[in-house]
Amino acid sequence: MQNSATFVRKEMLQAQEPPTSERGAIKWVRENLFSSALNSVLTIVGLVAAFLVIKAALPWLLHSVWNANSLGECRDIIAARYGEGATGACWAVVRERWHQYLFGFYPQELFWRPTMAFGLMFVALAPVLYYGNQRVNTIMTGVVSILTILALIGISLAFPQTIGGVEAGALAVLVAALVLGGLTAVAWLAPKRLLYFTLLYPAVGFYLLWGGSIWGPIGTLAGFAVLVVVYNLTKGQLGVVVGTGAGVVAAAVWWLAIQSHVTGALHSVLPLGTAHVDSDEFGGFLLAFVIGVTAIAASLPMGILLALGRRSDMPLIKALSVGFIEFIRGVPLITMLFTASLLLQYFLPPRSNFDLILRVIILVTFFSAAYIAEVIRGGLAALPRGQYEAADALGLDYWQAQRLIVMPQALKISIPGIVSSFIGLFKDTTLVALVGLHDPLQGVTKVVRAAIEWKGIYWEPYIFVGLIFFACCFSMSRYSMYLERKLKRDHR
Amino acid sequence: MAYVASAPKEPFRLSMLVYDTRYRSYTIQIVVLFLFLAFLAWLLNNTIENLAAKDKDINFSFLFQRAGYDIDQQLIPYTNDSTHGRALFVGLFNTLIVAFFGCILATIIGVFAGVLRLSGNWVVARLMTLYVETFRNIPLLLWIILAFVIFSETAPAPRDFRVTDEMVAAGEAPSAHKILFDSIAFTNRGMNIPRPYLDHPLGSINVLDVPINLSGLAVLALIAIGMWVNGRLLGHAKAVQEETGIRPVTWWKSLVVLFVPVIVLLFALGLHWEIPELKGFNFQGGINVAHSFTALLIAISLYTGAFIAEAVRAGILAISRGQTEAAFALGLRPGRTMRLVILPQALRVIIPPLISQYLNLTKNTTLGMAISYLDLKGTLGGITLNQTGRELECMLLMMAIYLVLSLIIASGMNVFNTAMKLKER
Repeated sequence: MQNSATFVRKEMLQAQEPPTSERGAIKWVRENLFSSALNSVLTIVGLVAAFLVIKAALPWLLHSVWNANSLGECRDIIAARYGEGATGACWAVVRERWHQYLFGFYPQELFWRPTMAFGLMFVALAPVLYYGNQRVNTIMTGVVSILTILALIGISLAFPQTIGGVEAGALAVLVAALVLGGLTAVAWLAPKRLLYFTLLYPAVGFYLLWGGSIWGPIGTLAGFAVLVVVYNLTKGQLGVVVGTGAGVVAAAVWWLAIQSHVTGALHSVLPLGTAHVDSDEFGGFLLAFVIGVTAIAASLPMGILLALGRRSDMPLIKALSVGFIEFIRGVPLITMLFTASLLLQYFLPPRSNFDLILRVIILVTFFSAAYIAEVIRGGLAALPRGQYEAADALGLDYWQAQRLIVMPQALKISIPGIVSSFIGLFKDTTLVALVGLHDPLQGVTKVVRAAIEWKGIYWEPYIFVGLIFFACCFSMSRYSMYLERKLKRDHR
Repeated sequence: MAYVASAPKEPFRLSMLVYDTRYRSYTIQIVVLFLFLAFLAWLLNNTIENLAAKDKDINFSFLFQRAGYDIDQQLIPYTNDSTHGRALFVGLFNTLIVAFFGCILATIIGVFAGVLRLSGNWVVARLMTLYVETFRNIPLLLWIILAFVIFSETAPAPRDFRVTDEMVAAGEAPSAHKILFDSIAFTNRGMNIPRPYLDHPLGSINVLDVPINLSGLAVLALIAIGMWVNGRLLGHAKAVQEETGIRPVTWWKSLVVLFVPVIVLLFALGLHWEIPELKGFNFQGGINVAHSFTALLIAISLYTGAFIAEAVRAGILAISRGQTEAAFALGLRPGRTMRLVILPQALRVIIPPLISQYLNLTKNTTLGMAISYLDLKGTLGGITLNQTGRELECMLLMMAIYLVLSLIIASGMNVFNTAMKLKER
């Protein structure tokens, strides 16, 4: 018994390596590509399809030509370089028509204005997109400033001109550097203060794009100042509702009756301003961005109001909201655009004729607001009833409850839907070509393809326009994913 | 209740209309009502003044006047001598046919792409992601125009199909061929597909000036009867299965019921195909399908398909993982798990977004005007509007038709939605 030594292993056995078929790349391939007969077939079909596309597209892309003045010249260059029968992309069309794609028929000597407006737009967006985040705000403002200044330098080199003996381009660059430098400093020192610039931006952007007398935008801004002043004066005695009403009425009186006289008088005393640009000179991506960004910014508040109206206890408000939303969702956007171009002249007072771009923006805003209202209504419906009751229990009034408790949660839930509405809106800006505006797709590309030197070109302009739209829409959807992650408060 | 009763009863003061929540909603509604009515009156007044200034009236009689323009694609007989009203219906049918085929194609594409995007196969999932993201992020108008331009600029000209005697002698082949067993000619002028042709047709009757093909009606009736009988057959098989546990073999019976009567009827009517032939400078015979139709259909199906794929993917992801695991535990294969367990449940999540995609597709058919596809927007809202100069009437009529169309599709799909809903006790 004593000699029968029992064997007890003192140390663990070394784990054996898994068989070759169960590890590394082989395992991955077996699991992900050839796990069953059907999967193997799908893999092979997919690979063959991808190979065929790449085989056709790669030489075409590699044989790209950037420097040429016509399609024929492009083809000659490709034939000379890569032999007879070789195919290649002719990106020279993008290079040659670059300014037309970006600005349409905007006057060349004023290109710095839309460029500046575009740069400032991102500065104004920074505090909205990354609220109170000093680091990101500073980085974004700084990068945008540098890019804008570089673009302005490029423009001043491409179109040199002098005004009164001074290099105009250099002047624009200097002014831009000062303004953007100041804004970057604000973003760095007090990121939340940048919001004041955001509030001011619509007037700044409008003035930069259309130009004209400086008193017009200032007069419009003064209307808002009138609203705030009247509201603050009357709020104490009459309460929030009547105060707001009085403010709105006062502002409306200012805008409709007083403003034009005051600004006219000011303009005759002090004629400050820059060259005016007509709306029909707008085109290309400038137009897509003007319509898209304005309509996006305006349709969100309108959509919120419509969604609240649709869930209101007041039958009349509810009926009006439902009627508006369902009517707009039932007709195609094109009919709305044609309403803007053909019918509005019947509905507005005789001899009132305002800008086609503005009319289009208003109707696109209505259109998008109806869709956003439905998305937000979904978010409101998803909130548990207890949230509303808790707000009531705290003694909050309707607007306080909406602002502090309901909307922050409902909007958070509806972010993906809202952003996909925005993406849809931005893509739909291409439709304005059908009412005669020069959008990048139909308006500009059609003109380019009709030009004698670019006749017969089709892949390159469409790929170029498509890529820019893809970049904008894709980054919007990625931003919405970031925002969802940032605002996520559950399942931590 | 005692507290309420003993509360001091305040006399009504005018300021309560604003401050007392019991009355405030009435005040707000009355103010809004007045503003709304004033707005309507303002619009109406402006319209009347503008119409008077232009010396116009609101009058729909132009619908009964001669249209005077041609429409390439017509599902009901139409010549340029027909009325504007008839042109409206030709356009409406052109809209509907694109919407109908578009919905079917987009659903097929979308379901496949959505399911495959979630498959374990890495290559296929990546390819489908690429497809969905590309189509979702680029405007539909670009796809429509690109498809149209490519069809009409890269397809061979009809003369490329010509086979001359010299070519036969030299043993050369023409540079272009008809596709699909030499039956479909795809040229830069359009696509010619074979036309079914009957030796002994049943004739046609005219209803409201629209000829209705009796042979087609007979075929449709036979198909409907076949489907009904097939339904009874399957119902019987299911009853037998539930009673005895053994399902009788039905597949060949279904095939016989569904196909044999139709084939016999078509044989009796003497069906053959009229193949398009190159005559002179273009193809003659068969049905000519314009590129504007094909391009619009393909672009709109691929575009909407990407959105449907996302809806399908979201629906499948909404079904908890436990359902898949339970199905695997029962020994179901992945394909059957998807078909029998996941998809029926996911369908309830998928249908509401699907409805709105169908509506979007129908409304997006108006983009066909960019490639001169004469749908409702092209006829009523395009040429008729420009010829008669009656913007107000045409636009209002067109909006009303689209509204009705949307409402019909939405209510039809809502019926389907209610039918598919989980029956909860």
